[in-house]
Amino acid sequence: MTQNALEIRNMNKAFGANSVLRGIDLDLPAGQITVLMGANGAGKSTLVKIMCGVQAADRGTMLLDGQDYAPDTPHAALRAGIVTVHQSINDGVVTDLDVASNLMLDRIAAGSGLFLRGAKLRAEAREIAKAVGLVAPMTQPVALLSLADRQLVAIARALSHNPKILILDEPTSSLSDAEAQRLFTLLEGLRARGVAILYISHRMSDIRRLADSILCMRDGVISGSFTKTPLDYSGAVRAMLGHEMTEVDITIPARGAPVLELSDLRLRAQSRPFDLTLYANEVVAVVGLVGSGKAQLANTLYGVARPVSGTMRLDGQSYAPKSPAQAIARKVFMAARDRRSNAVIPDFDIGRNFTLPFTRRHSGFADLISRKSEKTLSVRMISEMGVKCQSHADPILSLSGGNQQKVMVGRWMAEEARLLILDEPFQGVDIQARRDIGARIRAQSAGRATLVLVTELDEALEVADRIVVICEGSLKSDRPNREIDVASIMAEVADSPTEAVTERQGA
Amino acid sequence: MSVQTRLIDLAVKFGFLLLMAGLLVFFSISAPGFLSPHSAVFVFQSVAITGILALGVTATLVVGGFDLSIGAVATSALMLSAYVMVVWELSAGVAIALCLLMGAGVGLVNGLLIVKARVPDLLATLGMMFLLIGLQRIPTEGRSISTGMTLPDGTVARGTFSEFFLMLGRHRIDFFIERLIPLSVIFLLVVALLVWVFLEFTRHGRLMYAIGSNAQAAQLAGVKVERYKIMAYMISGTLASFGGVLLAARLGRGDVASGTNLLLDAVAAALIGFAVLGAGKPNAFGTAIGALFVGVLLQGMTMMNAPYYTQDFIKGAVLVVALVFTFAFTARGSRGA
Repeated sequence: MTQNALEIRNMNKAFGANSVLRGIDLDLPAGQITVLMGANGAGKSTLVKIMCGVQAADRGTMLLDGQDYAPDTPHAALRAGIVTVHQSINDGVVTDLDVASNLMLDRIAAGSGLFLRGAKLRAEAREIAKAVGLVAPMTQPVALLSLADRQLVAIARALSHNPKILILDEPTSSLSDAEAQRLFTLLEGLRARGVAILYISHRMSDIRRLADSILCMRDGVISGSFTKTPLDYSGAVRAMLGHEMTEVDITIPARGAPVLELSDLRLRAQSRPFDLTLYANEVVAVVGLVGSGKAQLANTLYGVARPVSGTMRLDGQSYAPKSPAQAIARKVFMAARDRRSNAVIPDFDIGRNFTLPFTRRHSGFADLISRKSEKTLSVRMISEMGVKCQSHADPILSLSGGNQQKVMVGRWMAEEARLLILDEPFQGVDIQARRDIGARIRAQSAGRATLVLVTELDEALEVADRIVVICEGSLKSDRPNREIDVASIMAEVADSPTEAVTERQGA
Repeated sequence: MSVQTRLIDLAVKFGFLLLMAGLLVFFSISAPGFLSPHSAVFVFQSVAITGILALGVTATLVVGGFDLSIGAVATSALMLSAYVMVVWELSAGVAIALCLLMGAGVGLVNGLLIVKARVPDLLATLGMMFLLIGLQRIPTEGRSISTGMTLPDGTVARGTFSEFFLMLGRHRIDFFIERLIPLSVIFLLVVALLVWVFLEFTRHGRLMYAIGSNAQAAQLAGVKVERYKIMAYMISGTLASFGGVLLAARLGRGDVASGTNLLLDAVAAALIGFAVLGAGKPNAFGTAIGALFVGVLLQGMTMMNAPYYTQDFIKGAVLVVALVFTFAFTARGSRGA
């Protein structure tokens, strides 16, 4: 029986009425790598923030090596031996400083004496760098290092604190394969030295390589815990994404003419090319984990990103948008994911948020906007989308998340689209709003093609006529939404055909 | 609780207008002659040029930018118009056209630096400011331009400011009282009206506000963000050069020492404008009121014989108070809503 470096019992955390963590129990055994999986909004980041002293829990206890542990600042967590390497690599380094200063940053910041002694500093830094196999010159500015080396700097700095617990948040998301391998070797070394590692990731290949156990989070609870070898990877994905029987009946409509035809499309340099055709009247859901290429697909169709190769045709005409404006001109609309940064205009009221993409429709002589026409549309859209508000002139931020999202989706329903893309339209909305939005998407789908990109299979089952799985930048399967074998889709989403597992283990 | 928030709302909304009314009453009582048509006109005339510049800055503030080069653009236009008429002996029309072109061109370069070269707006326009301050002195080796001056090559400049040009800055229109309203005040009102209508009521203004609020979201909604940003700097540059032309017309010479206060006054007016009617955002109406506020303050203080060197201090203090109004109170308002 290994000893637990950290034990969390009955941890709760709420932001206002929104319960983010609900009775979390979690053990991190020393000398093991525990993988934590969870979709966006599952509560992972809140949990990590509490562990590293950025936020305080409302209720619950943490025991660090059997001692009560309740850090009130990140610095306290660091002193106690809990070290976090954040997802965004540049958050962990000061790019303008050289390697040595970065490695010694905490000691410099803690500060004793007025002047820095360069030679001594560099000598100590070199020791730290050697421990992680970082070979960059100590005097080189971090800005000139590769991403992988920058991350090594962040990790090396973390390790100089002799951590008991190391938390890594999606550390491989911007690394190449070779760089990731180097990181894995390093982590395995740390594991052998008895460090408890919490590894947050969605990449199944990372997880297979590293995990001693897997914890899954969903809606603020631990929804699955897998410790027995061999680990049940598709079981873990199922626990993370969850699946309840949906109450929505899908009647698949008659397929219209092809609207969007993708052929030999390659989203990333290393990914397999794929074909996809979307037809009028149908709603197609693309299901994939974070980093599966979903976002890239949406961005490519909307002119935000360019495909590596392949062709796209819209209504038989060649289609290669260079900007969202060009996509919109071809009647391809997209409700972007992460509405707070990509969709909401916080200073605008509800009505103006509705009309933003099509102001031309409401303006006449000298491009003057007709408030009357604008009001007519927003009042109609508010009732069609079922937005709960007092008036169209209320600030957008006075609405709940679900109602904001209705405005963001409704914005694109005011005009007839050829192709409507909805990237994570159910992100951060409650179940009722999700049903409402899904019903609207389906009710208006006649005549256009609709593409919905989601992480959770439930959402796809509720809204789509056809479900496509995306993984590693390429499409894996394509099936109509009737009598779906949930387990097999889950396995595809998790990318776990058995031969892949043995191949990696053999390597 | 609700009474208290309502009071704060009222204070945020009408606080600055009340402050201005109070100031007017105070000066009327304590500075004899303050409350006269001519004094009012003097206030208007003093704010005309800074007001026009401030309206330009407002356009850049709306898209989330900032233009520090306006003062330098205005003084460059001042020197350029003098040079064109006095040294090249060309007509007033050519001088005005060249100045406006120069202003638009500087705005275009600012915009390109910010949008294409990704230089932060404050730094790009600061750099442009230094560049222009230097550039405008090169042709005359740092001297002011006036008829009869000796040029660096030894010749004497024979051109003059035309009557028409001087009229722009000096003519007064009869309005109840003979020669009451200066032409520059009319220009200010027209520019203010145009900018106000453009920002508040046209589709372009709407999209510019969207960019200022969330540029990423605006881009994904199909707004041509880069184009609008560049346009905002071109509006700013053009209006600044127009302000410079009016300054030249008022002075009647290319004075190198003029216009040093333009940047501070214009920026103060635009930022004070945030607080007017609790807008909490850049807006043309607020900017006009802000310019007026600064003008009233300075005229009142002058008439009360406050020394000139206290003026910048008072302006700065008012600006800081206005910024607190805007950011401390309206931010709380929108969070609480």
